[in-house]
Amino acid sequence: MSDSGAVPPVLDLRGVTRVFGTTTPIEALRRVDLRVGPGEYVSITGPSGSGKSTLLNILGLLDRPTEGTFLLDGIDTLDLSEGRRSALRGERIGFVFQSFHLLAHRSALENVVCALLYRRGDRRDRRRRAAEALDRVGLSHRLDAMPPTLSGGERQRVAIARALVGGPSLLLGDEPTGNLDSVTTAAILELFDELHREGLTLVVITHDADVSARAQRSVRMLDGVLCDTEASAPLAVGS
Amino acid sequence: MSDAPTGRRSSRSRFAVRDLIGESIAGLLSRPGRAALTAAGTVLGVAALVATVGLARTAGNQIVTRFDELSATDVTVERAQVNGRVVGSLPWDSERRLTRLNGVRAAGTITEVDRGGALTRSVPINDPAEGDEFDLSVYALSPGAFDAVRAKVAEGKVFDRSHDDLPVAVLGPGAADDLRITRVAQQPAIFIGDQTFVVIGVLDDVDRRSELLTTVMIPEAFARAQYGTPSPGSVQIDTKVGAAELIGRQAPLALAANNPDLVKVSVPGQPKAVKAKVEGDINALFLLLGGVSLLVGALGIANVTLVSVLERVGEIGLRRAVGAARRHIAGQFLVESTLLGFLGGVVGASVGMVVIVAVSLAKDWVPVLDLGIPLLAPLAGAVVGLASGVYPSLRAASIEPVEALRGGV
Ligand SMILES: Nc1ncnc2c1ncn2[C@@H]1O[C@H](COP(=O)(O)OP(=O)(O)O)[C@@H](O)[C@H]1O
Ligand SMILES: [Mg+2]
Repeated sequence: MSDSGAVPPVLDLRGVTRVFGTTTPIEALRRVDLRVGPGEYVSITGPSGSGKSTLLNILGLLDRPTEGTFLLDGIDTLDLSEGRRSALRGERIGFVFQSFHLLAHRSALENVVCALLYRRGDRRDRRRRAAEALDRVGLSHRLDAMPPTLSGGERQRVAIARALVGGPSLLLGDEPTGNLDSVTTAAILELFDELHREGLTLVVITHDADVSARAQRSVRMLDGVLCDTEASAPLAVGS
Repeated sequence: MSDAPTGRRSSRSRFAVRDLIGESIAGLLSRPGRAALTAAGTVLGVAALVATVGLARTAGNQIVTRFDELSATDVTVERAQVNGRVVGSLPWDSERRLTRLNGVRAAGTITEVDRGGALTRSVPINDPAEGDEFDLSVYALSPGAFDAVRAKVAEGKVFDRSHDDLPVAVLGPGAADDLRITRVAQQPAIFIGDQTFVVIGVLDDVDRRSELLTTVMIPEAFARAQYGTPSPGSVQIDTKVGAAELIGRQAPLALAANNPDLVKVSVPGQPKAVKAKVEGDINALFLLLGGVSLLVGALGIANVTLVSVLERVGEIGLRRAVGAARRHIAGQFLVESTLLGFLGGVVGASVGMVVIVAVSLAKDWVPVLDLGIPLLAPLAGAVVGLASGVYPSLRAASIEPVEALRGGV
């Protein structure tokens, strides 16, 4: 926090370690340091099993580090109760998953409204904001469409609208284009670029070189260790 | 919550009741077939409960009103006995004396005639085509006795005052069978010993004094003249409803004003206690049956809700990701199962009522529909749904979002 003045970094991880299991412990993350400032677009690459998803789950408050500290928007997340972490997650983080995770029996609009249910607001206002979010991703004509009738690219746009509707500080993507063809992927990446230009902070996991090439900053995971290629100094690689 | 939407402090996540119920309904509607199947157990359970309780009431009421009405209006007077020996006597004008009393619907004397062992047959004794002879009891009745025992006539008519001195007879159905008399239009004759009687009627049934069903009944005045019957054997009274006790007290004075102890009165027992006991027995049994059906319904909801939780882990993970706390997930599944139980209760109560009415119509009963049931049954269903939902909801709440989001569609 010393170097960010009045505005704290969106993400501030120090010495984050995540160990799975007790009998034969797996260190999925080893002393990861990562700082992401407001408006940054960071891609995380690395081979399968290197700990990318584990890191993203911790960033998204879906999981807790075994060791280390993690501040989100300057808030120390490790002190928070489960309930407060849920609220913080809902308010400040938007998720985009490889497998969309849309409710199949609810319309595109209702799927987006879903992200506003666990906070204050009335029905009309939520629907208006959801419609705006869908408009933002270019789906204003498919508000009432059911997910099974949408193409893969359209489904991911609904999911992005759902991630954006609450006005998050951070958009997290875990292989968001992993299930899409190259044309659709390009369109989604274009959308990410636009969101980045509008000032949104994005952290996206990918193993697609095209995707990481578009990011302003690319970090690489290997065996639970994070190498920040753009950073001025390598962070905690061994010791 | 004090913080503004843009505040940097974290607030608790919330889930308004209206939104909770809205999401639950949407959750149920997204799989309507599944929801219907899930609720089916509760529908059956509640329907069984409502129908059995209702039918028990209806049937119990039926038994009780018939039993009550008949027994509560039945007063008999006999001659007093001491050590098995008849000591009292009854006046021959008992019928007239009693029908004067307010509260008596009908009254009449019923007396077994001493016929000196004479047998009864339907053809003359010197007839060559010799018929069978039967050892039938002969009773002398005053005309009001037929009403007092609530006799139903199968053929012809019963005798009245105009037949007092005539040799006419009315047959009980058993006696008519023996004598092979089915029709009375031709004025068939029967013979008791040497005395000829013209049969003017055959009874179908009596509600009281079933011994009359196998006898030959003759006018009391004729019996006195022919057989010298000394005194009426008993008096049968049919009272108005609720008047039995009063008449029971007045009858001895009306019949033996000088010495009321010479007559012995029987009045009906306490019908209320009988009614409560019959209803209690039936209700306990059927409540047990209904309760078991409801328990089966509860297991059905619990089972299907649990399956649905496991099927919807992706949805659970997504909701957690967009800010739902564990209690919100639990709340949603709990409300879903409670709604299912409630709907099951509503439908089940309706089905149960239809069954009650249908069975009552078929049995020609008056259906007893307790107004509390349409209100209580949905409530009971909701409680069943709530209880069934507890375990699945806790399971849903305990699912880790990371696990839930890993796979998915
Ligand atoms: N819940 C878990 N329990 C045990 N091991 C896990 C769990 N989640 C991840 N791991 C392990 O942690 C390592 C990193 O996994 P992950 O973060 O999913 O890698 P990536 O997303 O880079 O493919 C792998 O060895 C994986 O098997
Ligand atoms: Mg992964």
